[in-house]
Amino acid sequence: MSEMPRIVSSRWDVADGHTLDGYRRSGSYAGYEAIRRALTMSPTEVMDEVKAATVLGRGGAGFPAGTKWGFCPPGVWPRYLVVNGDESEPGTYKDRILMERDPHQLIEGCLIAAYAIGCAQVFLYVRGEMAHAQERIAAALNEAYAANLVGRNIGGTDFSVDIVLHWGAGAYIVGEETALIESLEGNRGMPRLKPPFFPAAKGLHLAPTIVNNVETLANLPWLLLNGVESYRETGSEASPATRLVSVSGHVKRPGVFEIPQGTTTYRELFESEEYCGGYLDGRTLKAFIPGGASAPWFFPEQVDLPLEGRTVSAAGSMLGSGAIVVMDDTTDAVKACLRIVRFFARESCGKCTPCREGTSWEEQILRRIMDGQGRPSDIDALLDVADNISPGPYPVAAHPDAGLEAVPFPPRQTTICPLGPSSVAPITSAIRRFRHEFEAKITRRDPIPVASLVGAVSTGGSDHE
Amino acid sequence: MARLTPDNVALAAAIIARYPRPKSATIPLCHLAQEQDGYLAQDAMAHIAELIGITGAEVMGTASFYEMFKMHPVGTYVVNVCTNISCQLSGGEELLEHAVGVLGIQPGGTTSDGLFTLEDVECIAACTEAPACQVNYRYFHQVSNEQFDELVADLRSGTRSDVPAHGTLGSVRQELGADQIANISAPEEQTEPVWIRRHREAASAGESA
Repeated sequence: MSEMPRIVSSRWDVADGHTLDGYRRSGSYAGYEAIRRALTMSPTEVMDEVKAATVLGRGGAGFPAGTKWGFCPPGVWPRYLVVNGDESEPGTYKDRILMERDPHQLIEGCLIAAYAIGCAQVFLYVRGEMAHAQERIAAALNEAYAANLVGRNIGGTDFSVDIVLHWGAGAYIVGEETALIESLEGNRGMPRLKPPFFPAAKGLHLAPTIVNNVETLANLPWLLLNGVESYRETGSEASPATRLVSVSGHVKRPGVFEIPQGTTTYRELFESEEYCGGYLDGRTLKAFIPGGASAPWFFPEQVDLPLEGRTVSAAGSMLGSGAIVVMDDTTDAVKACLRIVRFFARESCGKCTPCREGTSWEEQILRRIMDGQGRPSDIDALLDVADNISPGPYPVAAHPDAGLEAVPFPPRQTTICPLGPSSVAPITSAIRRFRHEFEAKITRRDPIPVASLVGAVSTGGSDHE
Repeated sequence: MARLTPDNVALAAAIIARYPRPKSATIPLCHLAQEQDGYLAQDAMAHIAELIGITGAEVMGTASFYEMFKMHPVGTYVVNVCTNISCQLSGGEELLEHAVGVLGIQPGGTTSDGLFTLEDVECIAACTEAPACQVNYRYFHQVSNEQFDELVADLRSGTRSDVPAHGTLGSVRQELGADQIANISAPEEQTEPVWIRRHREAASAGESA
């Protein structure tokens, strides 16, 4: 295997990598040289380069950034660039490191994107709970403004842009782009209906707005300096270059790794010495979440799949934000399922009824099963509530032993955003594979129905007609 | 407590100027008020509303949506123990249980001396460093029971200079004075950026030539 370039993580171990001086001197490329090169090109040329490179969005949906930029209606101004630094998907830990350890890389990425798209104003939305990331970005922005790398007439050209650091205040749903825009407008962070509120057409203040993830933008400086061909050398045809994954849970060495995109398999990640170094001693793999708490679970049969968007979707889950959670044979599937569902129940913004009511019903039913108060009908009740949020067969991995095929991603939804449907992922995954664990916790019997009496009354009623 | 102090009013004006519309400053100003008082007081929300030009109800409507804004006084140190999936798998719930024992309060409660508030929180993005907790949003990774005890003892004796009082967001702020702002104005005042126009005109001149 050829040497993999470190595109976004090259300054993580550099003590002063977060300073302007450190950014210029260390890492896999010289800082602020990429924007200098971009400024010698036309905005269209920069955008074409990003399109040709296929920079997939790293926030969850995996949509190519260049294509997204192209969705802005021509001739409509202003256009805004909003950076989504509200990382809060359970299991995800990468944007915080990027913001804390290499803030200038993100700022240069913003500059390149703003130049290409035609944005004079950039808002960098950082999750409220990340005080250190905010400090690092604030310090970096102060340095960059003072050095005329951000602000008026950058590098003596006619390119002027403001980058404003904005603090979040604790709400998972704000990671959804339309909710983030609402929050940035000073409102409750509730998602908007799409259509008509596709951000590229009607975003911040109803102007065209591009919302990009931190890691996506952090890819741009390296790309601009090394070119499309070098960028595409690593990774697969459809998913070029590298991506960050955070592997947590039951492995020897959990960590955040920059890996070739699309080619590395889950097994390599979990078992090789280069990455996690295997499962804990004497334990075996029970299940793993391949792309954050919103993703349907995978099981030992899926461990040889590569981390490639289309492959993983076809197998019934998603790559999401690169958050991989490993659960070994000591894991209580019902308990893990309840914990994830509690998260969605707490974080539901309350705008859509199926999610607001459904997620808390799911939590209550799971909690009573967990507490030994469950009834046999509770498993069907759970699936029924889930079906109201996401109708039809929910994406789930194949279960070869039971002769069950995979249901491909994505799920259907009765809600505006995918939060509600995400709460269904752990439920269908765990029930399909570990139904016996749910049944083992169920100790109560169902109450005897009184339907016969009700039936007698209604029959009497119909006689009058 | 309390309306914003004159210093904070000046800071608020600088923050409001960074947005195309003043209402965008609602959340940053609520943080500023919380930094001043340790929680988000009614009077402060009314004052923010005046500064932005919206109603107090709108400020409260926004603020009440977000986890970090506390509408009543909380402990000097808000201890957030994560129990979400990655931390749960690595002992987060046991750490929370230990914290309940050590502090003598349930999640959501505040100690009688007003020093600690304990919270059972959702993912704080430290998943590979589980179990993790935050004190006033400063991170502590791979926390053992002993380390937690030590942390609490240090906070009690006031020897943790790296943990500021509750409400303090960042020790470094973005300094962007009105004189430094290049492009921010209301959306309807914005036109095609200069560099875009230059390249568009150059391209169309090239085509017609």
